[in-house]
Amino acid sequence: MQKNIGAPQGFSLSDPRVRAWLFQIITVVAVVAMGWFLFSNTQTNLQHRGITSGFDFLERSAGFGIAQHLISYTEADSYARVFVIGLLNTLLVSFIGIVLATFLGFVIGVARLSPNWMISKLATVYIEIFRNIPPLLQILFWYFAVLLPLPGPRASISIGESFFLSNRGLNMPAAEATGAFWPFVVGLVITLVAIVMMTRWANKRFEATGQPFHKFWVGLGLAIVIPTLFALVFGSPLHWSVPELKGFNFVGGWVMIPELLALTIALTVYTAAFIAENVRSGINSVSHGQTEAARSLGLRPGPTLRKVIIPQAMRVIIPPLTSQYLNLAKNSSLAAGIGYPDMVSLFAGTVLNQTGQAIEVIAITMSVYLAISISISLLMNWYNKRIALIER
Amino acid sequence: MKMVKTTLAMLTAAAVLGAAGMAHAGATLDAVKKKGFVQCGVSDGLPGFSVPDAKGNYQGIDVDICRGVAAAVLGDATKVKYSPLTAKERFTAIQSGEVDVLSRNTTWTSSRDGGMGLVFTGVTYYDGIGFLVNKKLGVASAKELDGATICIQAGTTTELNVSDYFRSNGLKYTPITFDTSDESAKSLEAGRCDVLTSDQSQLYAQRIKLGAPDDWVVLPEVISKEPLGPLVRRGDEDWMAIVKWTLFAMLNAEELGVDSKNVEALAKETKNPDVARMLGADGEYGKDLKLPKDWVVQIVKQVGNYGEIFDRNIGKGSELKIERGLNALWNKGGLHYAPPVR
Repeated sequence: MQKNIGAPQGFSLSDPRVRAWLFQIITVVAVVAMGWFLFSNTQTNLQHRGITSGFDFLERSAGFGIAQHLISYTEADSYARVFVIGLLNTLLVSFIGIVLATFLGFVIGVARLSPNWMISKLATVYIEIFRNIPPLLQILFWYFAVLLPLPGPRASISIGESFFLSNRGLNMPAAEATGAFWPFVVGLVITLVAIVMMTRWANKRFEATGQPFHKFWVGLGLAIVIPTLFALVFGSPLHWSVPELKGFNFVGGWVMIPELLALTIALTVYTAAFIAENVRSGINSVSHGQTEAARSLGLRPGPTLRKVIIPQAMRVIIPPLTSQYLNLAKNSSLAAGIGYPDMVSLFAGTVLNQTGQAIEVIAITMSVYLAISISISLLMNWYNKRIALIER
Repeated sequence: MKMVKTTLAMLTAAAVLGAAGMAHAGATLDAVKKKGFVQCGVSDGLPGFSVPDAKGNYQGIDVDICRGVAAAVLGDATKVKYSPLTAKERFTAIQSGEVDVLSRNTTWTSSRDGGMGLVFTGVTYYDGIGFLVNKKLGVASAKELDGATICIQAGTTTELNVSDYFRSNGLKYTPITFDTSDESAKSLEAGRCDVLTSDQSQLYAQRIKLGAPDDWVVLPEVISKEPLGPLVRRGDEDWMAIVKWTLFAMLNAEELGVDSKNVEALAKETKNPDVARMLGADGEYGKDLKLPKDWVVQIVKQVGNYGEIFDRNIGKGSELKIERGLNALWNKGGLHYAPPVR
């Protein structure tokens, strides 16, 4: 026994290793006991007060309408389906927000470093304004001050007779699959495989001979030619349904409801301000010597930025960028303030209230946010590891 | 050893906190007497039901139930503290013990009465769901609302009943749900939705809050039964009886012609045995309810009988001018019928 080497025989509290073990055991027991106590106490109290507990309610039919559902839904569907709809709505706004905020953030971040005085000052003003106003206020601003005062559906602002902006949201044409849809998907898969194979071949040739290949342009060509061929042979894969004014509102097409619009704009604008600062600090962290070295090797400014500066800047940008993505996903729960049917508003709000099962509903909701955040975090960590500096 | 002590201290604290959450019969009454006020959960601002006036004093029919309870238990109707709650917050607030009574235009349903650890003590107002629309839409009946966008308050029975109504009539609609009634009203005014649905009494209340009330009309259809009443926690029968009989006292007082002006005189001298029993001149019927002898006198003197409360807050003496209708006493063509004090 390694534990007893050089220590007095038997059990003694003066032995630091015994003490260390003892304290660890006590801590574990205390934590477990506390957890058990909280759990059983809750159970007892719920029972005592006659509050139903358990997850049976998920199978009951919900019986209320939902403004936006990405999967089919009727009032006769179960609470479990309402949960999925809330989850999808949260994921939708998080995904759109993350994509747009990343794009906008990079543009603003680079703009702030621009040698042009006007552009860099404008970027500074943008960052200072939007990152210093609480996100809830921004959401309320976009919703109540910008989108709701728009004209009604009958007087909506029309963009090219197919997009209509009104206080009911942004109505746009929607694509509906036709018979040629699946052959077209096969065509897309073939395109993807062709591009991957071309890239591999080009990379191999570059490593062997040093000859660069116009991967981007050839890839773009493939991406245009193959799907077009498929569309010509099998017919158009999609049919566009254009929104039409009928009765109270538009019929047909797809509508981005003002709640989603306001939430997306607010979260994008808010998070982009932080991302811009991350990008700026990332680029600043790469010393000017790197640029000079690249230029002296004969690289032109474009490749210098793409192949030398940005890969190094990314190492500084990615970790805080992850936090910004997490923040955006979590801030999307502020949707409840304007009635966007997200996870919190729909599930932790309406469902909790209709069923009265607060503990179960809140536990499920918290686990979902935890799962979303951990997924984003793992993905970004994996990416960070991939681009990290490999020391030789 | 310091760590062990800390852990033990934490465990003890948790045990004490946990035990404090346990409920037993009479606990609420004792607690209310000890702290000297009734904690009352009310709506977050609904004219006629519960709304703070210019001085910050809450007024309304829901508020008066709590004031009545305070008058009966503590002899002083002003000893009430209010927690304004949204529809979504209300049940958690009463379940957790944050409030003693939830008097917040809440519809009595079987699931709320059964599975939530709560119990309704009576009906303060018989209501039903209606529709508020702009006159410009030219809609005369709810049946013409196919395809409409509807603003609803989240977490209410309205959400369920509207869905039932549209489904059974084969109509389509888009619901937009908000946490507070003010947000719904603001969105209706901005044109986010075509229709605001809620209990009819609320619609009248919301209508007078809109910029130009005359542009809006409440449709004639009432599509559901919405009996509104106060709730208390399950498992405390003493407290439940007190809240229940506070309302009954108000109704009985109206029925027997006892009001805030004549109650003191009648308490001293009355020939009607019903009135004598109720006001404590004959026997001590308050004792059975663990209340003082003059509990009804205090309720009626400080808060009023049901008719006075109704007229002052939502009836002809108020801005809302709602008819008594279903809310008249049973002997005047309404539904209110209280068991006798004896």
